[in-house]
Amino acid sequence: MASQNRPLSPHLQVYKPQLTSVMSIMHRATGIALAVGTLLLMCWLIAAATGERAFNDVQAFNASWIGRLLLLGWSYALFYHLCNGIRHLFWDAGKGFELDAAYRNGWLVVAASVVLTAAAWIWGYASIGAF
Amino acid sequence: MSLRSPLGKVRGLGSAKEGVVHWWAQRMTAVALIPLVIWFVASIAAMAGADYGTFRNWIATPMVSILLVLLTIATFHHAQLGLQVVLEDYVHTEWLKIACIGLVKFAAIGLAVATIFSIVRIALG
Repeated sequence: MASQNRPLSPHLQVYKPQLTSVMSIMHRATGIALAVGTLLLMCWLIAAATGERAFNDVQAFNASWIGRLLLLGWSYALFYHLCNGIRHLFWDAGKGFELDAAYRNGWLVVAASVVLTAAAWIWGYASIGAF
Repeated sequence: MSLRSPLGKVRGLGSAKEGVVHWWAQRMTAVALIPLVIWFVASIAAMAGADYGTFRNWIATPMVSILLVLLTIATFHHAQLGLQVVLEDYVHTEWLKIACIGLVKFAAIGLAVATIFSIVRIALG
C-alpha cells in the first residue's frame, strides 16, 4: 500500500538525540512550563490587589527555598523560550536554517539563556542588598 | 503547477482560508513579548524583596500599569495559542481534544481578566 511508504517522523526511543531535536522539544516543554508558571506570577499580582496579608504570604513563599527553586526554573524557562523564540522568528524569515548555522545559533541560545538567567538573579540579589 | 485559485493567491490564502491567522497571531504576540518580557523580568528583579507599599506604588505608576496590561494580554494570548497546538498534536480523541482546547481558552480569558482587574484595581485604588 502506498501509505506504508510515507515518511515517518523520527521514533524517539531509537533516534539519537541531537542539539537541534533536544532544543525543539525543550521549546515546547518550556512553553508549557511557562503557562503554568504564569499562574504563580498572577497570584503575586492578585495578592497585591487583595491586601497586605495575602501579599506578605506570597512574598514569604517566593522567598522560601521551594519558591526560589520554582522562580529559578521559571526564569530559565522564560529566557530559554525567549532566546529560542527569537531563533524561531529568524527561521520564519528563512534565515539561519543551514545545518552549521542551526548548530551555531543553537549553542548561542543555550549560552544566552544561561547568561541572562544568571544576570537576572545577580540583579535580584543585588536589589535585596545581598552583596 | 499551482492548485491555488487566482483570488486565493491575491488574498494570500490557502485552502484553509483563515489557517494562517493562528500562526500569524503566534508570531505577532511573540514579537510583542520580546520587549515586554525583558522589561518585566528586569523590573521584578529590581523589586525583589519589596514590601507591600513599594510594590503597589510601582504597579500604580501609569506606564507600569499600561505595560502590565499589555504583557497580560500578549502572554495569555500567546500561551493559549501554543497550548492549543500542543493539544492538537498529542490528544487524539476528538471530543477530549475539543474539550481540552475549550478549557484552555476559557481559562486563558478568565485568568487574563482576573489579572487585568487586579492591575486596574491597584492603579485606581
